Amino acid sequence: MNKIFEIPMYSYTRSKDQDAMTRKRHPVVVIGAGPVGLGAAIDLAQQDIPVVVLDDNDKVSFGSRAICFSKRCLEVMDRLGCGDVLVDKGVIWNTGKVFFGERKVYDFNLLPEDGHKMPAFINLQQYYFEEYMVNRVRALQAAGKSIEIRGKNKVSAIGTHDDHVTLEIDTPEGPYNIEADWLIACDGAGSPTRRMLGKDFVGRVFEDNFLIADVVMEADFPTERWFWFDPPFNKGQSALLHKQPDGVWRIDLQLGWDIDKEKEMKPENVISRLKAMLGDDVEFELEWVSIYTFQCRRMEDFRHGRVLFAGDAAHQVSPFGARGANSGLQDTDNLCWKLKLVLDGKADESLLDTYSAERVYGADENILNSSRSTDFITPKSAVSRLLRDAVLDLSEENEFARPLVNSGRLSVPCIYDGSGLNGADTDKLPAQTRVGSVIADAPLGDGFLSERTGDRFQVLAINCDVEPVTAKGVQAEVIKLETANAPFLQERYLGDQKAAVYLLRPDQIITARWLTPDSVAIAAAMTQAMGG
Amino acid sequence: MSDLITTPNIVDADDFYAELLTAHEGLSDAESNALNARLLLTLANHIGDRAVLSDALNVAIKAGRS
Repeated sequence: MNKIFEIPMYSYTRSKDQDAMTRKRHPVVVIGAGPVGLGAAIDLAQQDIPVVVLDDNDKVSFGSRAICFSKRCLEVMDRLGCGDVLVDKGVIWNTGKVFFGERKVYDFNLLPEDGHKMPAFINLQQYYFEEYMVNRVRALQAAGKSIEIRGKNKVSAIGTHDDHVTLEIDTPEGPYNIEADWLIACDGAGSPTRRMLGKDFVGRVFEDNFLIADVVMEADFPTERWFWFDPPFNKGQSALLHKQPDGVWRIDLQLGWDIDKEKEMKPENVISRLKAMLGDDVEFELEWVSIYTFQCRRMEDFRHGRVLFAGDAAHQVSPFGARGANSGLQDTDNLCWKLKLVLDGKADESLLDTYSAERVYGADENILNSSRSTDFITPKSAVSRLLRDAVLDLSEENEFARPLVNSGRLSVPCIYDGSGLNGADTDKLPAQTRVGSVIADAPLGDGFLSERTGDRFQVLAINCDVEPVTAKGVQAEVIKLETANAPFLQERYLGDQKAAVYLLRPDQIITARWLTPDSVAIAAAMTQAMGG
Repeated sequence: MSDLITTPNIVDADDFYAELLTAHEGLSDAESNALNARLLLTLANHIGDRAVLSDALNVAIKAGRS
């Protein structure tokens, strides 16, 4: 049977744009049908903005690639109509083991907070993630939304203008041209768009190679994340074992810098490495093998006129901490509502500069965290290794050393402290829901706050009444909530206060909050959040 | 919040110093370095206060400049 990633999901078909006498102008064109590009397209289509996605391929991700999806990413995906299918298929895990040399040094439990719709993390092959997104695109098309994925459409040239972008596209039937008011480049770490615009960038290269293998096996390893520092089967290096659905296990082996890639990729060499790790008696089958290196870097600015960069095209991190696809979906979450306001003429296009500012801030946090994990996992100097080993030796018997063990700090959304879009805040309300934070989910009796919010400006009137609010021609929806039977809502949004008003952006970011309702203040904060 | 103590504070200082040397007796340089690293991390955790730790690091850096 063919694997899902071997079947064309959006085969090439001729578009009528290819036969048009004049170049067709589209409001938004997205380059790249990976998780980030599809995320942008679904978000825009849901808001009735016609969107065309161009991809040089016609299949979902080859091999599992990104496998760990965070709660925030799942909340975004839930808003995009894919949340439940992801959680149903994904492997939910909370526990793990850390090994150092020959011994297990400790177990851990992430102890996720109660009262959230989405789990802290799921493990799922990227090809399923993309397949569900493609299915969602098909469902939106069936519902009459204007959203298209054009497979085998490779952008070969980009012309940038003050008010639009021109694109030259190669297809199996020859080239054609289109125009776009806005272009979103989600074409990955090697982004051809970035190169064509002369915006390539440098960063910190980590001199290390990692072998990733997806292995199908019937093994009785528990649903846990196992991480080895300096294991006997991979001396001086690291290793990771993590479960995916369908009996597929992800194995990551650090190989070092000075290796012969071709030799390491040979199945017989991979198999002998895996046998050393798993034991001779474990039956397994290789599904996918890859060797990767990585860099930690970002573009200076994610907006270049009418071109907006998102995901790996804009920023790259080490894989430790699951910050690639997860941060990419947070990019499009941040971008799409702003782009809609601009396209609708409700906000000035300078609002899109705040997309860059906010997501650069997020990227820097991700780069910082993933660089620190990399420094711990792959110490690059004698003293770095000395301190790392000291932490691990202590961690076996001493709880205090465990927070220092860094095999990846799992991705949580950044808080946009200091964003120019932020409005009023008060420290009398809980820090967890301060201005600039993404909403903290909470059960509301018949569902979750995360399900009631997003896609538009909303006012949470908690234990109080708020008059309807309009700013710059946009009306905010008022959601009246009571904490009487909602202890999580009380704890996360009121603390020891009796009432509060929260203003949420369409991306579920808390943009202002008050102890008492004041429609004038709410309208002012909304104006601020739309760029003033 | 408290400041880094930079005045004598160790009870029975000579005794402590001797204990420190004894702990390293018979160790190779690598083993001694590892012991020092474990001790450093244990003490740092006891202090906990980030400002005090930074001040202590600066004292150590400065004292090593000849």
